[in-house]
Amino acid sequence: MIKIEGLHKSYPIGKDSLHVLKGLDLHIKEGEFVSIMGSSGSGKSTLLNIVGLLDTHDLGNYYLNGQLIQNLNEKKAAVLRNKFLGFVFQSFNLISYKTALENVALPLYYKGIGRKERLKTAQEYLEKVELGPWANHLPNELSGGQKQRVAIARALATKPKVILADEPTGALDSTTTDSVMDLLKGINDEGMTVFVITHEEEVAEQTNRVVRLKDGVIISDELTEIGKSKNASYV
Amino acid sequence: MFKFLFDSDTWQEIYGGIRKNKVRTIITILGVLWGIFLLVVLLGAARGMENNFKTVFGDFATNSLAVWTETTDTPFKGFQKGRRIQLKSKDIEVLKEEYKGELQYIAPRCQTSSTITNGFKYGEFQVSGDYPVLDKVQKKNLIYGRFLNENDVKNKTKVVVIEENIYKQLFEKNEDPINQYLIINNVNYKVVGVYKSGNIDFDDDAAYIPFTTFQQVYNRGNSIDWMLVTVYEGIDINQFEKDIQLTLKNLHKVHPKDNKAIGGVNLAKEIGRVTGFLTGMQFLTWFVGIATLIAGVFAIGNILLITVKERTKEIGIRRALGATPREIRQQVILESIFLTTIAGMLGIVFGGLVLFIMDSTLGTGPDPSLLNPTVNIPIILIAFAILIILGTTIGLIPAYMATLIKPIEALREE
Repeated sequence: MIKIEGLHKSYPIGKDSLHVLKGLDLHIKEGEFVSIMGSSGSGKSTLLNIVGLLDTHDLGNYYLNGQLIQNLNEKKAAVLRNKFLGFVFQSFNLISYKTALENVALPLYYKGIGRKERLKTAQEYLEKVELGPWANHLPNELSGGQKQRVAIARALATKPKVILADEPTGALDSTTTDSVMDLLKGINDEGMTVFVITHEEEVAEQTNRVVRLKDGVIISDELTEIGKSKNASYV
Repeated sequence: MFKFLFDSDTWQEIYGGIRKNKVRTIITILGVLWGIFLLVVLLGAARGMENNFKTVFGDFATNSLAVWTETTDTPFKGFQKGRRIQLKSKDIEVLKEEYKGELQYIAPRCQTSSTITNGFKYGEFQVSGDYPVLDKVQKKNLIYGRFLNENDVKNKTKVVVIEENIYKQLFEKNEDPINQYLIINNVNYKVVGVYKSGNIDFDDDAAYIPFTTFQQVYNRGNSIDWMLVTVYEGIDINQFEKDIQLTLKNLHKVHPKDNKAIGGVNLAKEIGRVTGFLTGMQFLTWFVGIATLIAGVFAIGNILLITVKERTKEIGIRRALGATPREIRQQVILESIFLTTIAGMLGIVFGGLVLFIMDSTLGTGPDPSLLNPTVNIPIILIAFAILIILGTTIGLIPAYMATLIKPIEALREE
């Protein structure tokens, strides 16, 4: 699903440049539940931005769904994002003047889906995250956990190939963290590729595979206990 | 693009964006509203003033000239200065002959002041000996009867046409004055007409009797007090004024450079001054109106720019969810057009309302200061079109800024 070969990225800082990603190789297959661990400055957000087509890489190859990503203009990137990727952010990033339902329906609007169908689909996904009764509430009327569930419903609405979650539990307490992770797990169980960025061990432990980043290089890439048992059951 | 325009979802998005910040929207709208409101009201008021001026001058041929004589101020051909010059009937004949091509109407006049009596009622009024042609130079709006005619002049009949005020003073209310007799200087005259004088008039409340009758009754011989002259269209009336003055000076042996002997008023010049003022005012109106309009549109652009900055994060989210730069740009431009259009329509409606109020307060009564303050629909449509074009153009700047927003940077902003 996501294949990265020798990925390099540096940012110019004044006359110097900061080398953030130093030749990453990563292969995530369809249906995997992967977490990227690393302290701040390790390059994990940069990696997510590149994978999420929000940023471009300097060197190396990036294949999304088998398609080589290169020379993307803003428009193509937007279309690919809409088609293949669903984003979940640490700060939820819901549009404050839109109701939960409208927020979930927004990516469908950019996909060009009619209003009626859009709202119907959005309602279905809200019910999936158990927020059906909250459809007409504005984001500021929802709790943090509820907001993040709305954001997950929004990410799912366009039926993407990959869910990219950037510190999805960073702004949540431990109980809501668990409920959000359970939700992501459930999504993964349905076959969705989920890609989580975190710096919390507890969150990473709940995924199937942990990739640890340090100073722009992968220092380890191994299955978690859950991942091992799952793999075992496959066999 | 056009499908996009007629998509209800597009408008849903724009409505959502505008509704989000009501204060911002209202302030934005006010800027443009004020501009187009001013334009409408000023243009309407200017038009009202112009209409008013037109009615003031309306009864008067605007290409007319009054000529009279006074005393000389320069000795000439053996005559001392201070000699009194008197116009004669012969002068009229000479002028008619010499200026055939230019002269449209010429109305020689004699005037005096007399007591007019009707039974026990009487008053002191201006009595004027005139030719029927006076009606052509200075339209007499008749309330009753007719004006003097050629037969009156030919037969030296004793008939009189009086001003409304004379009628009011000498007759009972609603009394029919026609064919009644008035005594002017012990002579009986039959009333044949009553007229209402215009706002601008060379005469006070005058009683008109046939010129020939006047000459006979007041023993004037061939003397003429003064005359009113109009020229054909296309004739330079200023040059014509100089020409006939010179001719008259020649006829009466007056030094050509004499400034006092021949006097006159050139109405065209006076009217030119007023219309010049009106043109200036219209220009000013357009200038002020358009300048305000532009300022208003700039305000919209400015506020949209701030809005784009404010909504950086929102735009970033939309981009992450798959909005193309074009979709973002269209939304911002459409917001600008929408705001200017709404503001423009409101401004025109309010302007029209104020013009309506102006019309019903200042535009009525016996002496209105404004008459029919209106603005042409095409002018409004042009102003509206300019407004929308400006709105679109100015919307391009914030729209461009919005597309520069990278989702990654927008979302990083915490």
